[in-house]
Amino acid sequence: MGLMEKFFGLSWGIHPKDHKRPAADAVTRIMPAPERLYVSLAQHLGAPALPSVLVGQRVKKGDLLANPQGSVSAAIHAPTSGVVAAIGEIPAPHPSGLPVLAVTLAADGLDEWSEALEATPDPFALAPDEISRRVAAAGVVGMGGATFPSALKLASSRKAGVTTLIMNGGECEPYLSCDDRLMRDEADAIIDGIRLMLYATGASAAIVGIENNKPEAIAAMQAAAQAYSEVSVRSIPARYPMGSEKQLVQTLTGKEIPAGSLPAEVGVVVHNVGTAKAVRAAARYGQPLVSRLLTVNGGAVKHPGNIVVPIGALVEDVLAFAGGFSATPGRLVMGGPMMGMSLPHARVPVVKGSSGILALAGAELADREEGACIRCGSCVRACPMGLLPLEMARHIQGDDLKGAVKLGLKDCIACGCCAYVCQSHIPLVQYFAYAKGTLAAEDRAKLHADATKKLALARGERLAQEAREKAEVAARRKAEREAAKLAEAAAKTATAATVKTVETEGAPA
Amino acid sequence: MSELLLLLISTALVNNVVLIKFLGLCPIMGVSRSLDSAIGMGMATTFVLTLAAAASWMLEHWLLMSLGLGFLRILTFILAIASVVQFTEMFIKKTSPGLYQSLGIYLPLITTNCAVLGVALLNVQQGYGLFWSIAYAFGSAVGFTLVLMIFAGLRERIALVKVPAAFSGAPIAFITISLLALAFMGFSGLNIQEQ
Amino acid sequence: MLVAISSLTILGAAFGLILGIAGRFLAVEADANVAEIEALMPGTNCGQCGFPGCSGAAAAIAAGEAALTCCAPGGKAVAVALAEKLGVSLDLSGVANEGPKVAGVAEDLCIGCCRCIKSCPTDAILGAPKQIHNVLKEACTGCAACVEHCPTEALLLHPVPVTLPHWVMPRPAAAF
Repeated sequence: MGLMEKFFGLSWGIHPKDHKRPAADAVTRIMPAPERLYVSLAQHLGAPALPSVLVGQRVKKGDLLANPQGSVSAAIHAPTSGVVAAIGEIPAPHPSGLPVLAVTLAADGLDEWSEALEATPDPFALAPDEISRRVAAAGVVGMGGATFPSALKLASSRKAGVTTLIMNGGECEPYLSCDDRLMRDEADAIIDGIRLMLYATGASAAIVGIENNKPEAIAAMQAAAQAYSEVSVRSIPARYPMGSEKQLVQTLTGKEIPAGSLPAEVGVVVHNVGTAKAVRAAARYGQPLVSRLLTVNGGAVKHPGNIVVPIGALVEDVLAFAGGFSATPGRLVMGGPMMGMSLPHARVPVVKGSSGILALAGAELADREEGACIRCGSCVRACPMGLLPLEMARHIQGDDLKGAVKLGLKDCIACGCCAYVCQSHIPLVQYFAYAKGTLAAEDRAKLHADATKKLALARGERLAQEAREKAEVAARRKAEREAAKLAEAAAKTATAATVKTVETEGAPA
Repeated sequence: MSELLLLLISTALVNNVVLIKFLGLCPIMGVSRSLDSAIGMGMATTFVLTLAAAASWMLEHWLLMSLGLGFLRILTFILAIASVVQFTEMFIKKTSPGLYQSLGIYLPLITTNCAVLGVALLNVQQGYGLFWSIAYAFGSAVGFTLVLMIFAGLRERIALVKVPAAFSGAPIAFITISLLALAFMGFSGLNIQEQ
Repeated sequence: MLVAISSLTILGAAFGLILGIAGRFLAVEADANVAEIEALMPGTNCGQCGFPGCSGAAAAIAAGEAALTCCAPGGKAVAVALAEKLGVSLDLSGVANEGPKVAGVAEDLCIGCCRCIKSCPTDAILGAPKQIHNVLKEACTGCAACVEHCPTEALLLHPVPVTLPHWVMPRPAAAF
């Protein structure tokens, strides 16, 4: 494979039409906080956060709304000043439309920052762990969409002895341009954030990988990084899914991350460029993550572009702020068109991991009729992980999930390349999502069965012990009774004897 | 040496016991659902076939021929085969309970696998010596195992595809194995039998 | 004639002797398989299968007396695991796979009689006399042992509600 790639270039991945411009070239707009914000408590990977405010409580922008719960979790902060109107369930930004717990905030329109923010003039004077702590306190999560709590990643990279920090400016998904825009607008802040992350992780060098379809971003970042020798900015071929961790690391460092392990295995860690900016805001100004830059794009959007949106704003408010629709949208998507989630409706909130809101219309969603697999092998060529999507799908169709796992289902990154190139329009990636979800459910069921088995055993032991104790008590009672009986009998004989004596004594001679 | 190789190729491929002589079809249809159990079955049959061929040669030459009891041939051979199968069954039950379970009834049924008795009788018919009898039996067993494994692999794939309802299950398996038999017919073009 | 009879008799005796000796050396302790099968069972001893506890069911399955699908709380998952362990093909058409279930108490019907509590194999029911009982969803196996003990039919099995982290993408409807 290595040799082939050297001579013929990369063979994996696809080249979808990127649709990034004109949205990427439009000036960034800032959306004021709408009247009501719905701040989801499950905006990160791991356990949902635990609310720490009460209904009716007044909060300022940046005040803590919810504490992290469990080892993998992140804090949630108020995106604007206002009053907590409710804590309850709202529809989640998820294809299922299932409810999620959220804090509803009624904005007061003042947008006042909290006074309690810990700003530092020189964060490099702090201990590296202190930076991780501040990042954790600010509730920063991976901005690329995976939403893994960044502080945990910083701390664990330090422990694992990571040497290279890979900054992901790939943004390979079509339509999305928020990372592009951020790098053009705030290159200095990102480079500062990268240096802070280097300091926190103990890595010696950072490589920023940017796809070559973003020349302005590459130029801006290179100019900003010039002063720092430890940060290099590299142009990488534009190809989907270049922004995927494993592909990016391999392209930039030539190291392949082994199946089923983390990038730390090969001494690297990958962060999104947006995360660098959030880390900087947290470490330097103590500002929590309460807003994010996201792309509003798609054929149905009148004025596509990038907007700084407060976390918790409803998708319909964001779309209205962006200028409304030019056509009736056929489908709303949060994230990119390849890996994003199709939304059931627009009354769902923006979360920390939302990189874009797409309102697609017309030809963008040509519903294609599924045909039979003709075994052309296009999906095998497209798969960036080197898997056999057609074989895996065939096993899943035949309900042989184990067979699919043997073929490497667990390594599938759900990029959707296979479904994109499929001549027969087979929804391959949906099959894999279904299989992975089913396998996860089976694992959960197994854990549950193990736990209940322990309970059943404990109950059996308890019942046995109760029976034993009861038997012991009964035996003791019996012994006591018998002893009493014996004593009584002895007493009786003694009395009888006395009576007899008395009788003998009292008997007339 | 080359003669031995020719014998092995001719028995395993050209005169394949299953697809050309049509012996031992019962386990071919019965234990070919998964490749794992097919390999186990193939190994068990190879063991039984080779050992039974040796035992039957000895019985034939040292007992039946010397005492003039040729009419007892099938009876004594079956006795020997049944004993070897019983031994194999005990051995597999001890060493690999999973395989024992998956082979199920087909394991004791090796006794009635006509390939085993057939090869023993063919040996007598051809008048081979002890060594060549064993080689002939081993070659046949390798051919049996090969076909069983190829067929199990095919069936594993067939299980995943949509087959018209009228053909699903045994019918498509029969069609597949007949195509396989046609393919094996091609080996007769090797024409090494007469050399 | 005599030669034939005697030679066959001797032959049979010899093979029998060899097999007898081999049988002595290759004897299998019968319980090894049963223990492995029992490890696959839910282990709650709910008695739904009609055998005395999970060990009884495991012994019956090992002996081939019970169907692999006899375990109600284990459902399809246990049946598949057993079939894989025993290397047999399984006919799942008879198994209603309705997904996992949990018991729930209807508060307006519960009279607080405590009968269900004693029947629960995993201590998943909480309650005190004349107090409305409740089921700990995390500990309930959905074995339905409590349902028949409830005098007021307040205990019923419900499918486990789907939550956001446990949502599974539905299987695409295959066109072919």
